[in-house]
Formats: sequence, structure tokens, C-alpha cells
Amino acid sequence: MRNISSLKFCLSVASALVLPLAAFGQGDQAPAAKPASHMESHIGNLTGNSDAGRQLYFRYCWGCHGPHGDGNGENAPWVTPQPRNFVAAVFKCRSTPTGTLPTDEDLYNSIRRGFNFTNMPSWLALTAQERANLVAFIKTFSPRWVTEKPGTPIPVPAEPKLTIESIKHGGELFQKLECWKCHGQEGRGDGPSASTLTDSNDQPIRPYNFTSDNRSKCGSTNQDLYKIFMSGVDGTPMPSFADVVKPEDAWDLVHYLRTLQYNNPSPELTLWESTPEGKAIVAAKQVKETATGSGFKP
Amino acid sequence: MDVRGNGVNWSRFRLGTTLTASAMLLVVLLFACSSASAIPAFARKYGMPCSSCHEAWPKLSPFGQQFKDNGYQLGNDRDAPIFQSPAYWPIALRITPNWHLEHNENTIVDGPNGPSSAVTTVTTRGFDYTGMDMLTAGTLAKNFSFLLVPSSDETGAFHFESANVRFDNVFGSSWINIKVGKFELDNLLSEKRILTLSNNGGFYQNYHFQPWLAPGQAEPSYVFGIGDNQLGIEWLGHSANDRTRVSAALLQGTDGNPDFQSGILSYAGRGYEGFITASQGFELGSLGLQRVGGFAYFGQAPTYPEYSQDGAPIFGTGIGNEPYYRAGFLGMWTFRKLDVTTMYFYGHDNVFLATGTPSNLGTAGLPEGAHAPSWNGALIETNYAWSPQLILINRYELIRMRQQTLGGAATDTYTPNPGDLGNVDALTFGFRYYPFINTRAGFAFHNEYSIVWNRKVQISPVTGLPIDLTSSSLFFGIDFAF
Repeated sequence: MRNISSLKFCLSVASALVLPLAAFGQGDQAPAAKPASHMESHIGNLTGNSDAGRQLYFRYCWGCHGPHGDGNGENAPWVTPQPRNFVAAVFKCRSTPTGTLPTDEDLYNSIRRGFNFTNMPSWLALTAQERANLVAFIKTFSPRWVTEKPGTPIPVPAEPKLTIESIKHGGELFQKLECWKCHGQEGRGDGPSASTLTDSNDQPIRPYNFTSDNRSKCGSTNQDLYKIFMSGVDGTPMPSFADVVKPEDAWDLVHYLRTLQYNNPSPELTLWESTPEGKAIVAAKQVKETATGSGFKP
Repeated sequence: MDVRGNGVNWSRFRLGTTLTASAMLLVVLLFACSSASAIPAFARKYGMPCSSCHEAWPKLSPFGQQFKDNGYQLGNDRDAPIFQSPAYWPIALRITPNWHLEHNENTIVDGPNGPSSAVTTVTTRGFDYTGMDMLTAGTLAKNFSFLLVPSSDETGAFHFESANVRFDNVFGSSWINIKVGKFELDNLLSEKRILTLSNNGGFYQNYHFQPWLAPGQAEPSYVFGIGDNQLGIEWLGHSANDRTRVSAALLQGTDGNPDFQSGILSYAGRGYEGFITASQGFELGSLGLQRVGGFAYFGQAPTYPEYSQDGAPIFGTGIGNEPYYRAGFLGMWTFRKLDVTTMYFYGHDNVFLATGTPSNLGTAGLPEGAHAPSWNGALIETNYAWSPQLILINRYELIRMRQQTLGGAATDTYTPNPGDLGNVDALTFGFRYYPFINTRAGFAFHNEYSIVWNRKVQISPVTGLPIDLTSSSLFFGIDFAF
């Protein structure tokens, strides 16, 4: 009995000495945050509930995004670009600064709009409440939603008056900021760097082709265009220009980019074509569209 | 109590063993399955699980309905075939091996007094299989799509259930979509996507009902079912989110049959028919999407043909057209996982059609006491989608004759029909369990019981009085599509 008591005493002393040391050794490593098991989303008057969203996710989404939300669904190997990884929580279409989490409304709009030229369709057929529920559930995959708050939306000042000068100035910025290196001089997404671009998954990615009549991934309005190059498209080579472009310049760039969309009538294109210079440039760049969206010069 | 040998209670032992085995089987069934599909070719094309487009296949979800209305396109500019692997072939097959039991009460059979002299109950049962659908559908190019469904009965005899091409989003508008060929009418409650499969429950009674001329005598002159696929051209318009849907179709009066053949007498008219439908969906908080709508079919059928020299009717020459119509209202109500469909249905046939009388004979040619028959119908179907893998199904339909063809008071020369002749009550319930849901194929254990009461539709050879015909089906099937 005495021997056993001695052994217990020794173990206790050893534990008392070793455990604090072990804890001290790990003291500089903060315990990894875990994703929340329940989240809400708030979009306007809607409050989304992740528990309800879970049922929707496992009806509609898991095939691509995977049961764990890591973008590794059973269909993921055949999808290009790869499905969004909700665990990493890096999102392309945001109204918030680059590197920050998007707002609930950003995610809601992405689900509603879908993404052209990807396997992600528009989920407009779902009810608004269902989409809000899905937003809430998506947020349960990543600890980022526990440790960080969404970024503050980038302010979008009122759009200045459209003028020929603003279009021309936008064209100058297109050159100065070297947008053409990826998007090409005519905006066809065929710039000299285009073939080398990869996304954050090391997958080849094609710059947006302005000349196609397809809307861009993150929306079709001038405000959406403005937000794209002020917030950047995280996870892709498209950076944020918020630090280098003034708001008024950004609007000029928006006006110019619209003139590249030959197959998508806009006030900017109409105004541009009303000038001899603009008309000649558009005519020179005009392409015939095929049913697939690729163009060729006749 | 069964106690033998060394004192073991064998009865209790067997019970325990059975319960344990059952529990283990249930556990295996539940956990061997992961997470479900109707045209798996679409699932393969888009990499989406069947449950995206189907509440439980083949029944469409709102997302699936929008996909269909948009010409089998998701609208993300990846719909055209050029974006698919050249090896992709948009074909799916569906068939259902099954065991089923058919129970028919008051069946008239041969008896001691000769042919058709006795009434009995006939029950048949055994392993069987259904007909097969080959489903090919998709896009030919952006906004050009097609559906082709060669379909066979269980003997292998083929016909074309659907064959149509579509022009979608004409002029860039979701309000202009044109379909030409043979297609299912834009029925808000789709019979081609019905969740039940048995002989009695595998169709909507209201969609195919035609009044009886007299007990034992079906309406003789034409065949029509609003649930049948029809030949013609359809315009469909819908809002971007599919909440508002309207359609109108101009149809050939052949009930979908080719070569101008139709009906019992195998002749069809030169007339056209029309079908219109409209519905509006609206969101009700967290309950889900609700929809209300209406439909109307305006038909006409010939009452006599032109004849060739040898006295055979010439296809497509039917004349003496007389009208018939069907109309109804639908409500599709969603309460989260529970959805309830309610339908009111009204039908009316012209008296010449109902009595098989050539209209050129005029009213003098009609049987005594003949009226244009009309009837009311109703349906309530409740489905509870426990999960994408399990759906519970229940449906009740009724049909009540409002006016019999041979109605009115009896006279010396004719006997009027019983007031409830042809009335129908039909009850179906069951469940479908999808052990797995994936983006490649569909599989379901289908279990169903259905019973139909047809009132006074035959004459008892024993009593000489009208009697009911009651039919029921028990169906256990393995429904798969690949």
C-alpha cells in the first residue's frame, strides 16, 4: 500500500510540474477558432436562419460545394472554375474592401444572380427567405465569420454626368492602369498576360471579355462595375484599385468600359458612337458573335 | 408459450432475433445511403443533384420548373452543347421493375349460366415491370432546345410520348417561348411528373374522365385526356423568376396521335383545339412559395367521317364537329416541408359526342332523353418531403356527375341513368425513398396503395342492376433512371 501511495504522490508531482510547462509551450498558439454551429443573416427586413438553410444546402448546393462547404463536392472535379470554398471564405463579389468578408447582402445577391460562365446558376426561383437562409448556413462553414466582421461597404458616390470627355479619360486610364494587359486593347479578355493568369486555386482563369453580350460575374449595372474595380475580385488576379483611383476617375473608367460592350447597347455606347471618332473605333472593333459568345472579325 | 429443450424461450428468442435483424436492416438501409434525380442527363450535364430540380423526382421544384420553362437552360451561358464534352450524350432511361397486386371487385366473369353470367372478385399478383421511357432533351444551341421521348409499353411496343423543339427567349424576352411538336400541356399539375405509379394511382382521374353513356357503355365517339400529350404549337411566357406564368396552345384534335388518327372510330377532324393556362406564384414568409392558377381546354371532335369506296373511314376527314371543354382552378400551397395541391375541375361534352350521334342527323337522331353531360371534379394531394430522400404521398380525387347523358325522368321507352353513374372516388397513398442522391443517376424505392371506386358503371348479370366497380392496386417498385 505504501508503495502505491508513493507512486501516486510522484505522479502527482510530475503532473504538477510537466503540465504547466506543456501549457506554457503552447502558449503562443491561440486555440483555433471553430465555425459557429448556428448563424443568422440579415438582408433588409429578412433574417436568415442557418438551420433552415442547411436543408436547402443539402438539396441544392452540396453536389458542387461539398458536404463540408470546402468546394470539394462530388461534381467539383468536373467544374471549371472550381466551386467556391466556403471554409476559406474568400469571395469574389463584394461591396467591401479587398481581403475582408462580404456583407450578407453581397452573398445574397450572388446567390440570386448566379455567375455567368460558371456552373453556378441564378437561384432567383427560390424565395427571398430561402436565399437568406442559405446565406446564413454558408457562414457556418468558416471560423472567419466568428473572428471577423464583414468589411465596411465601399461608398459608391453618385454617378457623374456622362460626357465624351469622361469616356476618353476612362480610355486613358485603361491604358495607364494597364487594364489592357489582361483584358486586351479591345476588351476581349485576350491581353498578353491573359493566358498566364491563375486563380487562388492555381487554376487558369480568363479575364472578362467586355465584347461578349454577357454580363460580368458581379452584376450588370454601372454601380456594379464601379464596385468591381474598387473592391477587387478576391481569389483572382483582379486587384482592388481603391488606393490608386479616385472615385471620379473610377466613374470615367466605367463609362469607357461600357463602350467596349459593342453587343450590349448602353447610353455610353450610344454617345460614343455619336462621335465620328467613336463610331470609327467601334466599327473597327466590331465583331460577329457566335452562339457561344466567342467573336470573330468578319 | 413455446418453451423447449434447455429452457430457452424460443418464441421470445425468435422475436428478439427478428427485431434485431429488422433493426440492423433498417440501419443498413439508412446509413448505407448518402444523400437523390428525372432526366439524369441534365444532372450529368450540370453536375447538380436531382434534388435541385425535383422536390422528389419526377416532381419538379420551383427551380426545376424555371429550368424547364427556360428551355432546359440555367441561363449562365454554359447551356449550349458547345460547352459540353463532345462525348456527352443527353439520354436517360427510366423503368420500374416491381411487384404489384391488382384487386378488382364486382368483376363480371363466366358462370354456370354461360359467358358473363357471374360476378366475382379477381385478384392478380406477381413480379412485373413497367414500360420504359427514353428521355432525350437539352439544347441544340443557345435558346434552341428539344425534347424527344421514345416510350415503350411493357411489351416493347414503341411510340413517341414527346417530340418537340423549342425557341426560347425570342427577342431576348422570357415572355416569348415557342414550342412545336408533341408535348405535355402546360398543366400546372403535371401528370407526366406524377409521383405515383400503380395501375390505379398512376394517373389523375380528373384528367382522363369521360362520362358514361349508360352502365356498361362508355362514351363512344371520341377519346380525350387533358393529361395526354398533344400535337400542336404552344406559346409560353413567364417572368424572370417564374412567379408569373401564362401559356396558350393551338392543338390538333387527335389527342396526340399521329397520321390524323384518333379516338375509338379512328378518324380525326380537321379542327383545331385550344388550351390556355395562367398562374401566379407568391411568397409567404418562411412558409415558401404559393401558387394559384387556372386552365381551360376548348376542344371539338367530329361525329362522323367521310368514307372511302370500301366503306372505311378516311383518316383526317372527320366532320360534324361538336364541342367539349374542360376547365379548372388550382392552388399549390407550401407549408415548409408540406405541400398541398388543390384542384377544382369542370367538364362538359356536347350531346352528340356523348351519345355518338352523327350531328347531321340533328336532334331527331338523338336517343330519347339525351342531354349534354357535365361533371365536377376535385383533387387534393398532400406531399410531405421529410428530406430530399424521403417523400410521403397522399391523394384523393372525386368526380361527381352534374348531368347524365341519359337523364331526366323515366318514360315508357327508355330508362334514365342512375344519378351517380360514373362518379369516381380515388384514394392513393405511399412513399418514395431515395437511398442516394447524386449528380449522375436516380433511384427510388416506391411503395404505393391505390383504390378507385367507379359508381354504377356495369350491370350485374345476376341482379340486372347497376353495380360499382372497385379496383385497388398494391405496388412495390424499384424506380430508376440513368
